[in-house]
Amino acid sequence: MSAGKPRLTTSAMIASIASEGQRTKPAPFGHALAALAADRPDIVGMTADLGKYTDLHIFAKAFPDRYYQMGMAEQLLMGAAAGMAREGFMPFATTYAVFAARRAYDFICLGIAEEKLNVKIVCALPGLTSGYGPSHQATEDLAIFRGMPELTIVDPCDALEIEQAVPAIAAHRGPVYMRLLRGNVPLVLDEYNYRFELGKAALLRDGADVLIVSSGLMTMRALETANALRADRIDAAVLHVPTIKPLDEATILTAAARTGRPVVVAENHTVIGGLGEAVAATLLRGGITPRFRQIGLPDAFLDAGALPTLHDRYGISTDAMVQTLRAWL
Amino acid sequence: MTQPTRFSNAPSLAARAWRIRRHALRMGEVQGQGYIAQALGIADVLAVAYFHALAYRAEDPAWEGRDRFLLSIGHYAIALYAALIEAGVIPEEELETYGADDSRLPMSGMATYTPGMEISGGSLGQGLGMAVGMALGLKRKTSPAFVYNLMSDGELGEGATWEAAMSAAHWKLDNLICVVDFNNQQADGPSTDMLCSEPLAPKWAAFGWHAQRVDGNDIDAVRAAFDAARALTAPQPRVIICDTRMAKGVPFLEARDRNHFLRVEADEWAKALDVLDAGRVS
Repeated sequence: MSAGKPRLTTSAMIASIASEGQRTKPAPFGHALAALAADRPDIVGMTADLGKYTDLHIFAKAFPDRYYQMGMAEQLLMGAAAGMAREGFMPFATTYAVFAARRAYDFICLGIAEEKLNVKIVCALPGLTSGYGPSHQATEDLAIFRGMPELTIVDPCDALEIEQAVPAIAAHRGPVYMRLLRGNVPLVLDEYNYRFELGKAALLRDGADVLIVSSGLMTMRALETANALRADRIDAAVLHVPTIKPLDEATILTAAARTGRPVVVAENHTVIGGLGEAVAATLLRGGITPRFRQIGLPDAFLDAGALPTLHDRYGISTDAMVQTLRAWL
Repeated sequence: MTQPTRFSNAPSLAARAWRIRRHALRMGEVQGQGYIAQALGIADVLAVAYFHALAYRAEDPAWEGRDRFLLSIGHYAIALYAALIEAGVIPEEELETYGADDSRLPMSGMATYTPGMEISGGSLGQGLGMAVGMALGLKRKTSPAFVYNLMSDGELGEGATWEAAMSAAHWKLDNLICVVDFNNQQADGPSTDMLCSEPLAPKWAAFGWHAQRVDGNDIDAVRAAFDAARALTAPQPRVIICDTRMAKGVPFLEARDRNHFLRVEADEWAKALDVLDAGRVS
C-alpha cells in the first residue's frame, strides 16, 4: 500500500456504494414499505435471515405481526410467499440476490411466476455490491431472471427511485424482482426532475456525442461520467432504464436512432444476458445499428476485496468509465 | 348452499374409492397411459379426504371457507381428477379429455387449468412450503380451514420438504395436515433403496410433528387417522404417512414390476375395468 493512501476495507455487509460526501438516505426500501403498508393491510414482509441486511427490519419494527422471519431457508421463503399470495396477501420477500437467483430459482419460477402470483422479491447485493467474492456477488442475477416468463424486473438507481418504485411495484399485480441498494443509499435523481414509472425508460440528460444506456447504480455513475466528459468537450446523453423487463424498447429505439451517436450500455452485471445484450437485441431487431459497446462486469468469478478497488478493477467506477469512453470516442 | 359439502357413510367410502379407481382407469384408457398405479394406490386416501374429511363446495371450488387440498405430486393428477369428478367438482364426461390438447385435465396437475386444483405441483418438493405459506395466511385471516398437502415418499428426498417441515413446527401450524403416500416406488426403483427416509414417523416427530403411520389402503384406519389429525388440540402440524400398494384393486397390475409409470397394453384397460367391476363395493 502506498503511503498516505487510506486503507480500504471490504465492508461486505454494509456494502455502501456512496462516494465520499455524497448525499444519502437511510434504508429507503424499509421506510417506503412501512409507509405503504400503513394503507395496505394485505402487505406482509418475509425474509430468510436477512431482514436487517435488506432494510426489512424497518417494516418489522412498524408491523411486527406482519413480519415473517422464515429462517435461513430461501426455498421455503419463496414457497411460503407463494402460499401467502394465494391466500390474498402481498408478500415482500427479501434475501440476497445470489440466493434468490441461484438457490430458489425453481421455487420462484414454478411456485410464483407460472401462477402470476403477487409476490415482490426484493434482493440486496445485486451485481458487484459486495466484496465477499462470488458467494455474495450476484453478477448474473438479471441473466437468470430475464428468462423467466411473467416476471417484472426492476433495477433502481438511488434512494428516491427506491421510494417511488415500492408503491409502483405494489400497484402492479404480478411477480416482481427488484434489485435493492440498502443501508445509506445515495440520493441523485432528485436533481433531475425524475419520477419512476414501471416499464418506462427516462432520458435524464441529452447530449450529441454518445448515448449511455444504464440501470441501477450505473446510472449514477453514468451521470458522473457525463459531467466529467464535459471537460473533454464530449456531450453525453444518459438514458436510465430502471425496468429491465419488460424493456421500454420504444424509448430505447428512439434515443438510439439519433444519427451518428454511438451507444454504450453500462450495467452492474456480467456483460452476458443483462441490459447490454437486451439493448443490443432491441437495436438489431429495430434495424438500428449504431457503434455499440458494453461497460459491465467480465464473464468471470470476481475477486474479493474493497468495493472501490473492485469497481475500478472491473471498469464500472466513474473513473474507469470516463477512461473507457475517452479512449473509445 | 351455505354449508360445506359433507357426506355420511352412504354411499360408503369403499364405494367412493371404487368409483375413484374406475374414473382413473377410464382416463388411463382414453390416453393409453398415465400414472395409474399411483391413482389406484391412493384412491382410498382420496375417498376419505373428499368424502369424510374435507369441507368444500362442489359448485364453488374457490369458496373461501374450503379446506385447501394441495397436490404436491403433480403426476398424481389423474387420481385427483378422479376424486374431483366423484365429488362433482369436474363433470364426469370431461374425463374423456384427459391429457388431450386444450383439456382442463393435463397429465401433470396445474392450478390454472383445473377447478379444485389448488397449486401447480410437479416440480417435486414444492408443495409443503406452499402449504406452510397458505396455513400462515389462513391464520392471518383467522380462518378455521385446514391445509392438506398430499406428497409422495420420493419428495422426502428433496431438502425443501424438510425446510418446510421445520417451519411448520416452528409456526405451530395446527391447521396443516401433510399426507405422505408411501408406496416405496420412484422412477428408478424402490424409494428405500435410493435415499432411505426411514424411520419415517420418528423423523417427522423429531421435527415437531404429530405423526401417524397407517395402512393407506385400510379405509377405516385412514379415516381414523384423519379424524385424529383434525381433532388434535396440540399446537403442532400433523402428518399421516400412508403405506399404500401401487395399482391396488387390480391384482394383475398390482403384481406387475417397476410400476412407477405403469405400462398397460391397449387391451388391458378394459380387462382392468372388468377386474375392478368384479370387485365392486356398494
